[in-house]
Amino acid sequence: MFEFNLPDLGEGIAEGEILRWHVAVGQTIAEDAPLVDVETDKAAVTIPSPRGGKVTALSGKVGDVVSVGALVAVIDDGAAVAPATPRPRGAARPPAGVAAPAATAPAAAASSPAAAAPGGGRRPVPATPATRRLARGLGVDIDAVPPSGPAGRVLPEDVRRFAAGPSAEVARPARAGAAGAAPTPPAPAEPHIPAKAVRDDQAFAEFAAHASATIPFLELEPMPDFAADGPVVSEPLRSIRRKVARKMVTSMALVPHVAHMDDADVTALEKFRRAQKAARSDDPGIGKLTLMSFVIKAVTAGLRAAPAFNASLDPFKEEIIYKKYYNIGFATDTGRGLVVPVIKNTDRKSIREISAEIADKAALAREGKLPAEDMRAGTFTITNVGPLGGTALLATINYPEVAILGMGKVQEKPVVRDGQIVIRQILPLTLAFDHRIADGADAARFVAELIRQLSDPNLLLLET
Amino acid sequence: MVMGSLRQETQVAVIGSGPGGYVAALRLADLGKEVVLVEERDRHGGTCLLEGCIPSKTLIHAVEVKEAALAAVSFGLGCTGTSIDLDRLRTHTDEVVQGLSQGVAGLLKRRGVTTVRGRARFSSNHSLEIESGEISGVDFEHCIIATGSSLNRLPPGITNKVWSSADALTLPRVPSTLLVVGGGYIGLELGLVYQGLGSHVSVVEFSPHLLPGADHDLVEVMVKSVSRRLDEVLLESKVVAISEEAAGGFKVRIAHDLEESERTFDMVLVAIGRRPNTENLGLEHTGIEVGVRGTIRTNQECRTTEPNIFAIGDVADGPMLAHKASREAKIAAEVICGQPGAFDNRAIPAVVYTDPEIAWTGLTEREAAAAGTEIRVGRFPLAALGRARTLDRTDGLVKIICDPATGLILGVGIVGPHASELIAEGTLAIEMGATLEDLIATIHPHPTLSEAVLEAAEAALGSAIHIHPPRRP
Repeated sequence: MFEFNLPDLGEGIAEGEILRWHVAVGQTIAEDAPLVDVETDKAAVTIPSPRGGKVTALSGKVGDVVSVGALVAVIDDGAAVAPATPRPRGAARPPAGVAAPAATAPAAAASSPAAAAPGGGRRPVPATPATRRLARGLGVDIDAVPPSGPAGRVLPEDVRRFAAGPSAEVARPARAGAAGAAPTPPAPAEPHIPAKAVRDDQAFAEFAAHASATIPFLELEPMPDFAADGPVVSEPLRSIRRKVARKMVTSMALVPHVAHMDDADVTALEKFRRAQKAARSDDPGIGKLTLMSFVIKAVTAGLRAAPAFNASLDPFKEEIIYKKYYNIGFATDTGRGLVVPVIKNTDRKSIREISAEIADKAALAREGKLPAEDMRAGTFTITNVGPLGGTALLATINYPEVAILGMGKVQEKPVVRDGQIVIRQILPLTLAFDHRIADGADAARFVAELIRQLSDPNLLLLET
Repeated sequence: MVMGSLRQETQVAVIGSGPGGYVAALRLADLGKEVVLVEERDRHGGTCLLEGCIPSKTLIHAVEVKEAALAAVSFGLGCTGTSIDLDRLRTHTDEVVQGLSQGVAGLLKRRGVTTVRGRARFSSNHSLEIESGEISGVDFEHCIIATGSSLNRLPPGITNKVWSSADALTLPRVPSTLLVVGGGYIGLELGLVYQGLGSHVSVVEFSPHLLPGADHDLVEVMVKSVSRRLDEVLLESKVVAISEEAAGGFKVRIAHDLEESERTFDMVLVAIGRRPNTENLGLEHTGIEVGVRGTIRTNQECRTTEPNIFAIGDVADGPMLAHKASREAKIAAEVICGQPGAFDNRAIPAVVYTDPEIAWTGLTEREAAAAGTEIRVGRFPLAALGRARTLDRTDGLVKIICDPATGLILGVGIVGPHASELIAEGTLAIEMGATLEDLIATIHPHPTLSEAVLEAAEAALGSAIHIHPPRRP
């Protein structure tokens, strides 16, 4: 028997949602054959079976969220003794809003009541039954929670703090040893309930009270009963959607956004682009040449001249970090939500290379197969809703970056040149930027430089 | 619905209406589920209510009243003798059982639980066939197996005329001499009942101690008190043959240390444990696995290896106790309804209704020794307690087992009057992660037996004063 636990899926990924099982219990699977598709905050991945054999148990059903390290499947590979496996950090738990709980693999995860009683082996951590239930409800392994109560007792605040995440955890003192002089624990922080743990009126009241104590005038009210006013369909907030929600709220809450708008005349550039594209349609880069490739190149040049827009502000250390590398993300609509593939080191790539990479990465993102590595370490983001329309857009900064460039729809417009009304191809640009790091004049200069670069393809050559 | 076969569809089917099954059905109904409860017997309540805890405790109470009346002579209460009306006692016991069973039926009805009489067998992981029932089957989304356990009987061929504990509880008659086979809690409780009713009682136990499983110091206090009431206690002994005598009674051959002896008893009561009811359940039509001990394998959610089917109580792993079944019932019901239930209890109290009573919870000294766990024990004898003196019941002690480093309470053991009630505080302390300090700083009413719990906690802490604490770096 081989117990297979969800492997590490990449930096910062703690859990994944089961999208599809490739096998059913009772079926035989070959080594390295696809076992399960899992979608994380960053991408969908197909996990191959590490062993060949008969599948005797699968943990969780489609839609369940499985923690990294939790049991995924049990495969009878003919080995008599199961290899030592790390203790599951958490079993599959059902997504919010689904009443019936998911099937965890009972046989493999079975822990008999007798084993739970003290006496042999490791003693269970002291905590009241209500605290233990709270931990289960939040999907927290109570044994992993640093206790602050007497005799190593885990308190409800400890569980909530742990559930709130590792950043909250940093502030905690080290686990007090039993024998040594225990340091006096600091006054417990304000109890914090994650929003997803709000299941009843009391929890809501506690959450709302905490939130409004932090933000003046904030008034949180429970969601109205929409179903009372007409038919509705509910679906749980999952994976990419949830990640986008977190990113956007964080960015809007932490960053004072300012927008600077201007128009670029891309008539010459568009003419050049179309001509090249038509002439070399079989080239992987040129054949798919988009305006985005040029904008990325122009932005890279702009960032070199204006380092503030390629920086990040660390509010905890109170310092500005200027990045000497240029990794440009481009927002991609995948059908399952927004994904931002990142083109790395754009200062060292040609427009042709960038164009090919955009095509590859956008395709992978739409298939849900873009590796997590290709979505991190961005320094600046561009979003282009132009092909869908839009005279201007005000994008939200991809925190902790400093700025995001929004591209509107390229349209033929009458403009005045040398006292004459002429028809030109106009690209509306909006730069949303972090006013903590940059000012309006900086933004105006940055965008003016972009417009200059985009107005003449020859200028872009100089930057390669 | 198919012609000729009346089937019922439901969200949850529960098999068995004992303290596991009926509690699960009620909790499920409270949580908004549609429930069908299938019970084989004509009354609700299962073994506990019909032929276990409830009738036995009714009889034990009757005998205790008698014993107390006789003991009252020592403080000047003239009690010249007691008479026993066996028919009245039997009727009284039946009334108690009947009243509680009807109470369960009423609760089920009020909650809208559909009850079906018949024997259930799985035909798949979503359907039950009902034998000899008003309907032929139940189709369910979830199912809870709460079929309980049955008495172990002596090997076939010995004789079937002896009593089981269920037989003895119906008070067929008071035998002149009674041999109790099995020195566990059922044998001892019923042996003392029949001694109180007038029998001469002997006990045979295979292991070297009565109540194997309980700590010896507690058992010793009880044995000292009851030994005057029992004719003989044969330890490390085994019944090898029982034959019916022509003149009435039974000839019993008992083996002890390679020696065999033969004695004659008016009646023999066999109380040698119970086995889980997993036979003829149709488990082979599901993915449910049975473990080596014959119990259904479950995880902490009480879920079997068939994810939509749960098992609770005696048919699942763990001690065969009604209160453990009821706790699991609520967990299974909550898990089915999507709540984060799990059997993560730190302590399952055990109670023996001998006189004096024995109760323990959490870690025992035996378990600690076996596991090599370092513990500290504080003991307090009832002889030093005012309330015990006023009751003229000083035969008892309370001990608290704790972690020597932190004072975290790990176990509590009690022997003495009302040990069954006093143990609840110990169980709560363990579940809450309480320390000796917590117990000591809690005001216990005076004069009560509960003060012994506080005193034992102080004894556990006090001993520290006389031990050099480890040097700190």
